[in-house]
Amino acid sequence: MSAGALSSPPRPWTRLGRWLGRLGINGRTAVILAPTLWLAIFFLIPLLVVFKIALSAFALGQPPYAPMFRWGADDSLSITLQFSNFLFILQDSLYANAYINSLRIAAISTALALLIAYPMAWFIARSDEKYRNLLLMLVILPFWTSFLLRVYAWMGFLGRNGIINNMLLGLGIIDQPITMLQTEGAVFIGIVYTYLPFMVLPLYTTLVKLDQSLIEASADLGARPFMTFLTVILPLSMPGVIAGSMLVFIPAIGEFVIPSLLGGADTLMIGRVLWDEFFANRDWPVASAVAIVMLVILVVPIMLMSRAQNAVVETEK
Amino acid sequence: MRRGYLIPMIAVLGFAFLYAPIASLVVFSFNENRLVTVWSGFSTRWYAALFNDSQIVDAAFLSLQIAAVSASIATVLGTLAGVALARLGRFRGKTALTGMASAPLVMPDVITGLSLLLLFVSMEALIGWPAGRGFTTITIAHSTFCMAYVTVVIRARLSDMDNSLDEAAMDLGATPLRVFFDITLPIISPALVSGWLLAFTLSLDDLVISSFVSGPGASTLPMVIFSKIRLGVSPDVNALATIIIGIVAIGVIAATMIGMRRPQKT
Repeated sequence: MSAGALSSPPRPWTRLGRWLGRLGINGRTAVILAPTLWLAIFFLIPLLVVFKIALSAFALGQPPYAPMFRWGADDSLSITLQFSNFLFILQDSLYANAYINSLRIAAISTALALLIAYPMAWFIARSDEKYRNLLLMLVILPFWTSFLLRVYAWMGFLGRNGIINNMLLGLGIIDQPITMLQTEGAVFIGIVYTYLPFMVLPLYTTLVKLDQSLIEASADLGARPFMTFLTVILPLSMPGVIAGSMLVFIPAIGEFVIPSLLGGADTLMIGRVLWDEFFANRDWPVASAVAIVMLVILVVPIMLMSRAQNAVVETEK
Repeated sequence: MRRGYLIPMIAVLGFAFLYAPIASLVVFSFNENRLVTVWSGFSTRWYAALFNDSQIVDAAFLSLQIAAVSASIATVLGTLAGVALARLGRFRGKTALTGMASAPLVMPDVITGLSLLLLFVSMEALIGWPAGRGFTTITIAHSTFCMAYVTVVIRARLSDMDNSLDEAAMDLGATPLRVFFDITLPIISPALVSGWLLAFTLSLDDLVISSFVSGPGASTLPMVIFSKIRLGVSPDVNALATIIIGIVAIGVIAATMIGMRRPQKT
């Protein structure tokens, strides 16, 4: 058998293998090395650069920050570390408010998304097996269309001349258009709307595996449906609840597009502050410090999420 | 059951919530009126306006090129990372690769964008590359964050794939490289296609990262749309949205039908 394999004409990858071999790299090393190097250069190092610039002083010019390392005339290396950017962020209430506001808006939106997604996931998980894939596809489908355009659709819905106001005016329910766009409520709707599929999918994954006999047992023992939900279904679906919540909460914190299109001037969110700091004020060191503090805030939810996601994967097995 | 109606009702409202805004985009794209949401008659004038707007057409071509190139790079790198994590057992730096391959999934766009821009600026100062910002820098940035998504798709596919075929080929004397190209790659090809499509869509959709790493003269489609809608609704954007929704709907339905015809593996 192997003689036949040897006599076949050399395939391109045989040559590739020899060529790599001559460089002293075997296939295994190459497979590991290529993505690791790429991510080290374009993901890890950039974060270190952000950290470095967060510790640099602002300077007029291009790039707008002062060098950290400087060679003196006598060949001495002087390193300037500026913690003032962090102090500035901590002291100016604008930043503290923006962080707290982002956390609050993200938390409320996550709770709203959970309230809508849980019944949907339950409905899909309990529906006939024939329709489950179709219903799941219906949940995922909007995710494939442009995020920006889905947010834009709500501008048409909520605006002063928007669809909802026109309908309510036409029906005579109101006689003055209601201000819905450029409010915090619009931001909640935008976040819930765009991230709903991320909440439904992990919930569905845990709910569809739920053992029906446990629910029946609970009912047989006299529990009302709501008690069964609280004491049996909800605890068993907790990994899905946490994974889904974090998948909404984490991106919502750094959200830029939704607050700038749907929120008002007073809807302060940290993603938007970072954007303005960078593009409007051109203060790269402060923007970098804002980013570092945001990363620190995100560490806990990210760890929660990866634990919950492992648990969701476990229930699949 | 008395409460039997509540959950289906919420579910139906949930689906309505998902689709009503998309449906309204499509309906009002055929509105004759300049005020997008005030209906005054059927018209396709905004489609004509769209194709005559060279800024939008140019941006669309740029975005499609960037998406195609970065989806391809992301698929190659993501497949390598997926194979390394799912198939190569233990190796030095595995924890680091696992972390680096999944962190971009949860990294806020503003941080990814800012960090890559600062890297490109520093690199240009140090080694003179990349000279200026535009197509190349956007493509590198998109490849990096899309690669994380491809890795997830490939890794999931590989970890529920039976590796006895690999081992059989290995026993028959095939080199690891040959096993990869002749056995593994054909088996995971559906995952490659869906990974590439996912990366393509994500790249086409990105506004924040592109805005950071782009330079003068390189405006992607989302950047042009954003600058148009920042001040309010605009009817030609509805027409553009309808075209995009149409393409996506056809693509996803076709992909699902192909996927359903494929025999289910256990």
